[in-house]
Amino acid sequence: MQNIYLTIVLAPLIGAIVAGLFKVSRRVAHSVTITGVAISCLLSFYAFKHLIIDGGATFNETLYTWMVIGDVRFEVGFLVDNLTVIMMSVVSFVSLMVHVYTIGYMHDDPGYQRFFSYISLFTFSMLMLVMSNNFLQLFFGWEAVGLVSYLLIGFWYTRDTAIYANLKAFLVNRVGDFGFLLGIALVLMYFNSLNYAEVFGLAEEQAETVIQIIPGVDWSLMSVMCILLFIGAMGKSAQVPLHVWLPDSMEGPTPISALIHAATMVTAGIFMVARMSPLFELSETALSFILIIGSITALFMGFLGLVQNDIKRVVAYSTLSQLGYMTVALGASAYSAGIFHLFTHAFFKALLFLGAGSVIIAMHHEQDMRNMGGLRKYMPITYITGLIGSLALIGFPGFAGFYSKDAIIMAVGHAERFGSGFAYFALVLGVFITALYSFRMFFLVFHGKERMDHHTQEHLHETPAVVTVPLMLLAIPSILAGAIFVGPMLYQGLFDGAIFVHHEHNPFHADHYHGVVGFTLHGLMGLPFFLAMAGVATAYFLYMVRTDIPAKIQAKFAWLHQILIDKYGFDRFNEWFFAGGARKLGSTFWSVGDVKIIDDGMVNGSARVVAWYASIMRHLQTGYLYHYAFAMIIGLAVLLGVFVLSGTA
Amino acid sequence: MFADLPLLSLLIWLPILGGIWVLLAGEQLARPIALLVSLFIFVLSLPLFFEFDTTTAAMQFSERLPWLPNLDIYYHLGVDGISMPLIVLTTFTTVLVVLAAWEVIQYRAPHYLAAFLIMEGIMVGVFAALDAILFYVLWEAMLIPMFIIIGIWGGVRRVYATIKFFLYTFLGSVFMLVALLYLYAQSGSFALLDYHHLAIPMTAQIFIFLAFLVAFAVKVPMWPVHTWLPDAHVEAPTGGSVILAAIMLKMGTYGFLRFSLPITPDASRELDWLMILLSLVAVIYIGFVAIIQKDMKKLVAYSSISHMGFVTLGFFIAFRILANPELTNEAAMNGAVLGMSGGIVQMISHGFISGAMFLCIGVLYDRLHTRQIADYGGVANVMPRFAMFAVFFGMANSGLPGTSGFVGEFMVILSSMQANFWIAFLAATTLILGAAYTLWMVKRVVFGAIVNEKVSTLTDVNAREILILTVLVIAVLAMGVWPEPVLKVIEPTVQNLLEHISHSKVM
Repeated sequence: MQNIYLTIVLAPLIGAIVAGLFKVSRRVAHSVTITGVAISCLLSFYAFKHLIIDGGATFNETLYTWMVIGDVRFEVGFLVDNLTVIMMSVVSFVSLMVHVYTIGYMHDDPGYQRFFSYISLFTFSMLMLVMSNNFLQLFFGWEAVGLVSYLLIGFWYTRDTAIYANLKAFLVNRVGDFGFLLGIALVLMYFNSLNYAEVFGLAEEQAETVIQIIPGVDWSLMSVMCILLFIGAMGKSAQVPLHVWLPDSMEGPTPISALIHAATMVTAGIFMVARMSPLFELSETALSFILIIGSITALFMGFLGLVQNDIKRVVAYSTLSQLGYMTVALGASAYSAGIFHLFTHAFFKALLFLGAGSVIIAMHHEQDMRNMGGLRKYMPITYITGLIGSLALIGFPGFAGFYSKDAIIMAVGHAERFGSGFAYFALVLGVFITALYSFRMFFLVFHGKERMDHHTQEHLHETPAVVTVPLMLLAIPSILAGAIFVGPMLYQGLFDGAIFVHHEHNPFHADHYHGVVGFTLHGLMGLPFFLAMAGVATAYFLYMVRTDIPAKIQAKFAWLHQILIDKYGFDRFNEWFFAGGARKLGSTFWSVGDVKIIDDGMVNGSARVVAWYASIMRHLQTGYLYHYAFAMIIGLAVLLGVFVLSGTA
Repeated sequence: MFADLPLLSLLIWLPILGGIWVLLAGEQLARPIALLVSLFIFVLSLPLFFEFDTTTAAMQFSERLPWLPNLDIYYHLGVDGISMPLIVLTTFTTVLVVLAAWEVIQYRAPHYLAAFLIMEGIMVGVFAALDAILFYVLWEAMLIPMFIIIGIWGGVRRVYATIKFFLYTFLGSVFMLVALLYLYAQSGSFALLDYHHLAIPMTAQIFIFLAFLVAFAVKVPMWPVHTWLPDAHVEAPTGGSVILAAIMLKMGTYGFLRFSLPITPDASRELDWLMILLSLVAVIYIGFVAIIQKDMKKLVAYSSISHMGFVTLGFFIAFRILANPELTNEAAMNGAVLGMSGGIVQMISHGFISGAMFLCIGVLYDRLHTRQIADYGGVANVMPRFAMFAVFFGMANSGLPGTSGFVGEFMVILSSMQANFWIAFLAATTLILGAAYTLWMVKRVVFGAIVNEKVSTLTDVNAREILILTVLVIAVLAMGVWPEPVLKVIEPTVQNLLEHISHSKVM
């Protein structure tokens, strides 16, 4: 199996190198990268079959030793278990869809080859991240996906907004990585290893360890370590307050928004916490922290989706909110539900983004929903797939999102942890909000009056097959993935051995499960279902029936609208405090410390002292012979005088 | 097969002879001869690496001849796991510098190339010298070619910069000479390795440590004696900057390993707080200063100082780790080895990356004759290949995993945690600061639309420049993806040094 896993990782890398470094034609560029990713995808499916269907053994092997310090080995290797193989399949499948889609979306772009190179490089990095069996390689993949995200957000590098957004994304992610790295440092210090299996094996032993970060104050090691690691996840998975980069990342081409900023990279944090469940399970504090951060993200980022007019930004805020749901699941110890939602979300959110991209192509790169409307009749495939994606997102019974979202809400309801009450409230309310903004978007884009200009309207037509085929292929799992996997993932122990949950924390007990139909029927009677329907109805009423009301609400609650448009002021605060503050601090250090005190004061100052001293001494060296002769005579007289006086005494 | 050759002597004297040959050869042949010599020297230095015995911490490839036997001064050379990689780095970098000068230096090219070759020999000598006087002579001699390089081929304010550079470093060295003479008086020997075993009372150790500190801190440079470096870099020609950043700065940190730590371990332990403090100031204070620089070379110069802070942090954090009661002896030793090796890895990596950064700036400067960030913007539009290199090295400078820039920082941060949470915390801010100053510069220079019309006339990197930068890309990647071969060389020496310094030498 080792060779298969190695091929899965290396095939996209080779594609990226060929397309990126050699001057190849467009056809070669997309052929070679798509072949590479297709190989990865097929082999991932094979691995999926091998492990999950045939019950093959978990693979945990070292590829090579990165370095050895004393008896600590830093290695590069793969851990492939059921959790990994699901991530691998999702990543390579969505990536393949996006590769195909890109042929259509980037058709006229001069950076065609570069784009394919980047997305293949991304696939490589993401696979390295999920397949790692140790913290070092995890960190490598973690930062490598950050690099590719940076390159892709700034893909159109002549746009000021794009290169602002990519720098911002990288730096905000670095803030997360700062915590993450400190967490890894603690892991190494207390476990003397960075290998997952070794660390997790020793985790229980350290459960009671306390450390004093502030002298005299005892903190649980596990809490500190897990919170630091989670800060890394907050950066990558865009949790408040490190979420600020994700909306701006929409500056990148749409296929990227689907692949990186919705389906895969942003879920790396969720995956990481689930992978480290043996550590997180040991800290109630850290889990509560996660629960609260996640519920804030889920609810408050959902609100922001209500006021956006840019079609991609609506989907972006929806992604933030859904990431919040996944995070809440983690905080409630429902790791498998978090991964389940990650899994279904990858399909329907990629579908929604690619659908939005399809609309954007048809609209000639117009992204403002106020200038759309009535696209249903021009773009039937995009319309149908968009409807499927939206239904999956709001959790309509039977669709993929329904199962995963319901599972999370259920788990939070069961959780007895500080913050779980608030989290439950936030998620349930979030269901209404999700339905409202999703169908607001849906109605504004596909129904109602055709608000585009005449020229655009004349040219409206369905997008080509390279765009619509991926949409259709993604629509299938958006419907089915939930119903198929709800049993195995949550109740039948698919993740046993990969995810560790304390028995009393586990919200999903096999004897509570009565099959998919039972689960669905149960959901039909739950509050979330009615809230979702209410959300759709409200959206229908506001944007189809009484289209004058939204403006009135906006006028009446102008202050609230302003707060939402302002995105709660995070960006302004960061720009002022962090960016401005750093520049201010830098200038002060430089102009006062380096220039004034050190250079002007100490360095040139000592030069001035020398010069001043010399200018005085210079008066003694007049060059006149009689001055010197006179000085000699005085000197002689003094010496003689001393000699005589001392002699007589 | 190389065991019989006096390899180190050849590596010292052949470049110097080569330099004279280049001088005599005249304008026409100077470049090919210089390239030939530097390549030959580089190849000749490879056996040092490949035939290095990684099982011992003892000096290898040793040579010892009487020089002034009446004064106990010997021509004594040898390398261990610390100095050997630095020598190979020197011979490697010199090849690139010769190539970088190819068509750029038109004014007195033979002199320019000869200066670099002669300097190469001297620098190898500094790293190989095991006799205090030999070391001191070469240490000072090294200033002369650099003085000439900046003074003749430098920018507008080159006179100010050279004098500042010379006085700063010379002043520091004088203190070292005093310390060396004291050690001679105590031991009756100029052999460095003898000093390592010389018992010295605490007060004397403190004074010796401080004297060495002045000399080495200026070279590294450490805050607050760092201000000569930005000026020297700004005025130096590209090759001068590369050698300065890649090799000369390493002399200071090398000095800590060869002199301060083994000769005065107790004083080093006593004053480790000072060293850690200064290192963190370098990382953070200088990091902030780098953010606001308007001149690319100044920015990279400050970035160098900041990165060198990791080297000194890695060295001196060892005492704190060894003294941490929470750790078992074995774990503490591992942590200390991790930090100190991390510092050395950072030295080598910084040689590649800062050299590459200065070469990239040189590429732009050769074309537009300005180093101001504001004069650029949108370079990627006209120089796509260059943009690739610039982004790559920018990322390496920000410590991206997979590049060599990550390895050293990672090791030092991980080991700092074992000393104190807050030291690791402060050191890790480089993740944010390093990315901020480097990538903000990359953004303003490489990306964006073209605003300055002159930028639109730029031509992309030529084959020669691609060759130089590609070689560095390979070096940076190789060390980032698989640092073990280098660590294997370093580790026994570091282990030995740490065992040495964990025993008191106070009488």
